[in-house]
Amino acid sequence: MTTAEKYVTAAYCVVFALVLAYVLIMALKLQRLEREVDELAGRAPADDAEADEAPREPARVG
Amino acid sequence: MPTLAACSLVLVTTALAFVFFVAPNDANQGFSQRIFYFHVSIAFTAYACFVCGAWQALRHLWKRDPRADLASYVCVHQGLIFGTLVLLTGSIWAKISWGHWWLWSEDELVLFLVLYLFYCAYFMLRFSVDPGPQRANLSAVYALFGVVLIPVSFAAIRLAKTFIHPEVFTLHGPRFGGWILVTYCISQAALLVLAYTLYRLELGGKRLDVRLRRLREALA
Repeated sequence: MTTAEKYVTAAYCVVFALVLAYVLIMALKLQRLEREVDELAGRAPADDAEADEAPREPARVG
Repeated sequence: MPTLAACSLVLVTTALAFVFFVAPNDANQGFSQRIFYFHVSIAFTAYACFVCGAWQALRHLWKRDPRADLASYVCVHQGLIFGTLVLLTGSIWAKISWGHWWLWSEDELVLFLVLYLFYCAYFMLRFSVDPGPQRANLSAVYALFGVVLIPVSFAAIRLAKTFIHPEVFTLHGPRFGGWILVTYCISQAALLVLAYTLYRLELGGKRLDVRLRRLREALA
């Protein structure tokens, strides 16, 4: 491998590594957001159940 | 989103295949010229990100749309990532071609560094102000000022007296053709689609983050 080939390979590896690092950081962040959504969704069924138990007023249609 | 990601992957792979297996060696620079395909494409992508950031900033100032402020921030962030890549790949190319990692005497290099540092300061400004309309307005005005530096940085390569930095695009079009032009066009398309995919990914995450924060505040 010549010096030029080594440098060119290094340049493309740098691009690949930086983009990969960015994608990994984003993936970790999205995982955290997913966990938070699950946490909030965990609270939601209890609220829904309370709403279901509440008496409903009959509505006239038409 | 998966379609965009798949398009990016296909285009980047095709570009790499063209760079290493199809494009011929340059008569003057030989094998090292192959850095050009991604270095120049990344530079134009960084400029495009900064221009988009300025456009979204203008939209924010014009329509007071908070989504435009977030989009502007993400564009500038993307531009900075691609700007980092421009500096890194450019330094490697400079080391092969000129024997130096960096030359302070070259206006075009220094001007790009000034542009890069200007946008680094954007984040310092943004995170030194509390979230709200004031931060959004200040960031928008700053992003609009930054876009003025782009034509200066771009023109510096043409106005430089030393001409050490290669000038590949002139008023009469590109100074190359054939497979070199085809490879460059594929690389440019690949980098633009990749940047757009990363932009959508980051923006989606940021919007979700904002919505979650509001929801948590409402539930508290």
